[in-house]
Amino acid sequence: MADLNAVRADNLVKDFGDFRAVDGIDLHVRQGEIFGVLGPNGAGKTTTLRMLATLLPIDDGHAEIFGVDVRREPHRIRQLVGVTGQYASVDEDLTARENLWLFARLQGLPGSRARTIAGDLLERFGLQEAADRPLSQFSGGMRRRLDLASSLITRPPLIFLDEPTTGLDPRTRGQMWDTIRELVTDGSTILLTTQYLDEADQLADRVAVIDRGRKVAEDTPDALKSQVGDSTLQLNLADGSDTALAANVVRRLLGEDPVLTPESGRMNVPLPDPDRAADVLIGLREAGLGISSVSVAKPTLDEVFLALTGHGADDESQMEAAR
Amino acid sequence: MTTTSTMTPATPGSRRIDPPAAVARTTPHSSVRETWVQTLAMAWRALKKMRRKPEQFFDVLIQPLLFTAMFAFIFGGAISGSVSDYLPVLIPGILAQTALTVCMATGVQLREDMDKGVFDRFKSLPIARIAPLAGPMIADLIRYGIASVLTLATGLAIGYRPGGGVLGSVGGIALTVFAGWSLAWIFTWLGTMARSAQSVQGISMMIMFPLTFLSNAFVPAETLPGWLEAFVKVNPVSHVVSAVRDLLNDGAVTAEVGWAVVGCAVVVAIFAPLAVRSYSRKM
Ligand SMILES: Nc1ncnc2c1ncn2[C@@H]1O[C@H](COP(=O)(O)OP(=O)(O)OP(=O)(O)O)[C@@H](O)[C@H]1O
Ligand SMILES: [Mg+2]
Repeated sequence: MADLNAVRADNLVKDFGDFRAVDGIDLHVRQGEIFGVLGPNGAGKTTTLRMLATLLPIDDGHAEIFGVDVRREPHRIRQLVGVTGQYASVDEDLTARENLWLFARLQGLPGSRARTIAGDLLERFGLQEAADRPLSQFSGGMRRRLDLASSLITRPPLIFLDEPTTGLDPRTRGQMWDTIRELVTDGSTILLTTQYLDEADQLADRVAVIDRGRKVAEDTPDALKSQVGDSTLQLNLADGSDTALAANVVRRLLGEDPVLTPESGRMNVPLPDPDRAADVLIGLREAGLGISSVSVAKPTLDEVFLALTGHGADDESQMEAAR
Repeated sequence: MTTTSTMTPATPGSRRIDPPAAVARTTPHSSVRETWVQTLAMAWRALKKMRRKPEQFFDVLIQPLLFTAMFAFIFGGAISGSVSDYLPVLIPGILAQTALTVCMATGVQLREDMDKGVFDRFKSLPIARIAPLAGPMIADLIRYGIASVLTLATGLAIGYRPGGGVLGSVGGIALTVFAGWSLAWIFTWLGTMARSAQSVQGISMMIMFPLTFLSNAFVPAETLPGWLEAFVKVNPVSHVVSAVRDLLNDGAVTAEVGWAVVGCAVVVAIFAPLAVRSYSRKM
């Protein structure tokens, strides 16, 4: 059964009233991989995950986890999936140790085992010192770690992580990434959501990009990035009316069109190689086109979105209009 | 159970997770024994919370003291001729009223609790849907117990001498606790249905006042107008009050006691499944 998918979801649909939050999403997650779901606010990431975790009824479509039907056998699914939600789901009135003990007992571990596991997890997540303090004194990062630890008590073969690093500082974020990689080494499969392309890039073997409840792309992070270039040259022309001329220069040099942004005289040039930035700048100088500012940046989620959907990732007004 | 591998802490280097084996170990439902363990774990959580928030006990402590003394001295003369004659009528009534107040708090607190993030985890864990509801109700048995004993103690302090003796008193308190626990399922159901803790509070008040005051808790039913007497006689609280009176004052296990127990069991049989169903739907 080595080729059995960890998650096989076909044509998932979720309606909230007459608003369709998830509109026919397919997700096939292989065993042992980290699968990323990438999308902006309101794309339907959390809703999709909650349906797969039996926290929301599936309105239409079919989902299986390790061959178990999500709709028909929710109790089995709950034994196979560890869920770390977008917002910490731990008990604020208990201490960290009490939380872990409670969740272990609820899952049928005998009292002494529950105590040992709680201790082990606290140590592994660097929470021993704070173990017996009330959670109200916990920082966001500590809460997140406790939340993740709570999902690992029975070593579930599949782990859902909904935006595991949103709101964490860069160092804590790196630690969280290491932890996630460790889980895969232990044999778990991970389905995570994120708003950051670089996070998907760092962690995920494959990525599905979703937008307004639909999957718009699915590929390896490298392949996704190559659609928008390895990096981007952001140009501000001194004179906005030169835009068309500058675009010609870029096309001639790189064989590709720059992405024009709504601001006049501004354009993003996808670069296959950061070295080519110099070529573009020299080309513009030779054509006599003035530049007011210039920078080279990694492609952002927004650019991936622009390339994939033709609209920006945080285009809220457009989203409202679409409802 | 041969689930030792799932119970090994997930430290690097420990045995690799084997998904097909994990699938094979899953069960379609929580067994009765597992459900009981889960319910006790939830009761433990509720007890921890009680100990950390003792202000929850205010209603349990104040109401028996205040109402027993107040009602006895205000209504005693008017209704029964004297305070000491009224106490055998009043004390069982106050017991029932206090139990209902504690019930109401059960529903309101459950609603508050359910809005917290941790309930997302409870829902994502393989636990019986009744455990998060039944757990706090077990912990509440303590509150019913404290409230009943306090009421009786206040009664004793102002001159009440239960004719049923120690056994009758224990029986009366046991019945009060059981009735409170049973009726709490109504408010638990409300808690799972309502939109907010405030609305639970509001609806509960509307149910509780007629149930306690349109009963024989404080006045004999015979003194009421006919239509009111008819309601008072079918009100389950009246039966509980009569049964507690029989136990406390006469030490007698009468038919009323039987009816009260049956009535409470019926309430549980109806409202426990309703509450579990409405809780499971809310996901
Ligand atoms: N319970 C609900 N009732 C009504 N609408 C909802 C509900 N939950 C989510 N939505 C809507 O469904 C859409 C998708 O929401 P979802 O939470 O899945 O997005 P997301 O991709 O997780 O976004 P974010 O990055 O902000 O977490 C949003 O437009 C949201 O407003
Ligand atoms: Mg979300």
